[in-house]
Amino acid sequence: MSGSPEFRIDVYQNEYLPEGASLVNAIVTVTSQAGAAPATAGTVDRRLAEAIIVDCSGSMDYPRSKIQAAKRATSTAIDTLPDGVSFAVIVGNDQAYHLYPADGSLAVAGPATRAEAKQALGRLGASGGTAIGRWLTMANQTLSTAPSGAIRHAILLTDGRNQHEGPAELDAAIAACQGRFVCDCRGVGTDWEVSELRKIASGLLGTVDIVANPADLEADFRAMTSAAMGKAVADVVLRLWTPKDAAIQFVKQVAPTIEDLTGRRTSSGPQRGDYPLGSWGTELRDYHVCVQVPVGKVGDVMLAGRVSVVGEGSEPLAQGMIKAVWTDDEALSTRISVEVAHYTGQAELAEAIQDGMAARRAGDVERATSKLGRAVKLALDSGNAESARLLANVVDVVDPVTGTVRLKSKVSEEDAMTLDTRSTKTSRVRGNKD
Amino acid sequence: MEIKCSGCGAEVGPDDRFCESCGLRQPARADHAEQDLGAVVGITDRGLRHRRNEDSMASRVLDDTVITVVSDGVSVSDRPDEASRLAVDTAAERLAELIGQVGPETATEQAAAAAAAAVIDMAPSGDRDHAPACTYVSAVITPEAVTVGWIGDSRAYWLAGESQLLTADDSWAFEAVSAGRFTAEQAAADPRAHALTRWMGADAGLTPAHVTTFRPTGPGLVLLCSDGLWNYCPSAEGLAGLVMPDAVTAPLPAAKILIQFALLHGGHDNITATLTPFPPERKPR
Repeated sequence: MSGSPEFRIDVYQNEYLPEGASLVNAIVTVTSQAGAAPATAGTVDRRLAEAIIVDCSGSMDYPRSKIQAAKRATSTAIDTLPDGVSFAVIVGNDQAYHLYPADGSLAVAGPATRAEAKQALGRLGASGGTAIGRWLTMANQTLSTAPSGAIRHAILLTDGRNQHEGPAELDAAIAACQGRFVCDCRGVGTDWEVSELRKIASGLLGTVDIVANPADLEADFRAMTSAAMGKAVADVVLRLWTPKDAAIQFVKQVAPTIEDLTGRRTSSGPQRGDYPLGSWGTELRDYHVCVQVPVGKVGDVMLAGRVSVVGEGSEPLAQGMIKAVWTDDEALSTRISVEVAHYTGQAELAEAIQDGMAARRAGDVERATSKLGRAVKLALDSGNAESARLLANVVDVVDPVTGTVRLKSKVSEEDAMTLDTRSTKTSRVRGNKD
Repeated sequence: MEIKCSGCGAEVGPDDRFCESCGLRQPARADHAEQDLGAVVGITDRGLRHRRNEDSMASRVLDDTVITVVSDGVSVSDRPDEASRLAVDTAAERLAELIGQVGPETATEQAAAAAAAAVIDMAPSGDRDHAPACTYVSAVITPEAVTVGWIGDSRAYWLAGESQLLTADDSWAFEAVSAGRFTAEQAAADPRAHALTRWMGADAGLTPAHVTTFRPTGPGLVLLCSDGLWNYCPSAEGLAGLVMPDAVTAPLPAAKILIQFALLHGGHDNITATLTPFPPERKPR
């Protein structure tokens, strides 16, 4: 069992503002160090409740390797669950079904239950359509039987578009599951919709990735399950206090991936709001906070924001301060915060990739070329080697300095989707602590 | 006493660094504070002209040894109140740790270095122009001796039958007079009089403190003070005349007299004084 993690907050910003300025930007780094080594197979962590959601729609049978790989991967995921963990396997097509346990409860992992689950899995065939919202709703019902304080986690595996329910139904299902469990989404093959899975993963604070080759599923499942096992505390929130009459422009997670949290705020008192951060093990995440504050006089020092991490109790686990200091010294106010500049660039990079790929799909060559060219330049300038590598699968770089590119005439669907899926992955930077 | 935010008028807690309503930074601490540890007393006061008190003091009593530290934040620097607070707290803690291990003189050197390093660390990297800065004076008073360390123009005095100034200011005026270039009156009237030649802060670098040890031959009193006091009475005899001989047995009333004296003369600066009777009163176990 993992101990409760130690949290730490560091704030990076240029706190100096010129006369009359009111916009305060800061990068808030939250690090957590779990008290003990993450639990591994064989040890007990009764606090984890895991739902594995497997697509069994008819398309999973074409090619047949897809459903076989999904079944094999799900088996592996079951095998990686240590004794004592609660789990369930849910399968879905245009409806959702409790595959194991059949009564919709959570089973306690052990040699017998693992064998039973795998047996049920062996009998699974593929047929019907795809209605992911219904699968999520069922996972939510099952996971809600876990004791409070449990780390509730789901892995969603699908290969197709959400064709058998409307977008409104899916949105409603996501909204109902928000804050109830964390969901990592994996798209198999290339017939699924990147924006759809991104919406689910983003809403449920999980990751999204492509598994182009079904054979890779096993390793990916193993990694996701052990990551979930490493979580030591659930339902962490980022609490932000801001001065009276301040306006929060945005609160974004910017590393390891970009997630806009602005709209997820729930009020937690006067001038205070909470943003859900999901569950944490030993890890590091960066947030970009932008607040507009009432303008101060030169010489004034203002607390423009107090950020804290709050877990089960109401006492902050860590705290940091975002400040504003008005100065008439231009040498101070014009200084660039390396961190703020870097993540502003990473956000633009993600947007350029997504816009560029959307334009490419729509056949707008000019816009796609311009956006993806900009993305290449941003990726190279910021040292985001992974994005640069994925971009090179889609465009030929003519001049990296100006960001001049040509769209490749032949691009595999897998490469295009991989680039789009991973567009929100950011690189990190660290300047001097301010 | 209810405290109001100077920015928006909302009520502010006594220990709040920032207003919980508008976020404006509050003066670092109360305008006036008194500390009575028996063997050592101290008073710090905002004075009459400054918006806030940027002086700080910290004292400790360990058996038969007294540690006392005074610091004066440099007004033109950024966060001078926090700098002086950090300097005295860091130094008092280090002195308490080190005295038993390395003796008063080395402890004084190392504590001053630790305080200076802490103040240097307050500065945003690369920003030397606005680096938080402060002066510093410490005293370790044992039954045998008084060890003083200082940087800047906060002072230590020995008050007794033969009173004397124990420190030599790191200031333009003091150095000009010491070098014989100006008389004390000329130097005091010069606009440069109060310019510091050494201080603690990132823009000063890590300069060592002056350290001196004085061995009294009889009972007396050690006074540490910021220039808010000694500006109105620089001479040791003059200061002794204000409070001796009663100060040896009743140091807190004596400290009040010194603060009152500075206020009566205009209170142009923050005023801080700590008084330690010698030999130190043994802390009751």
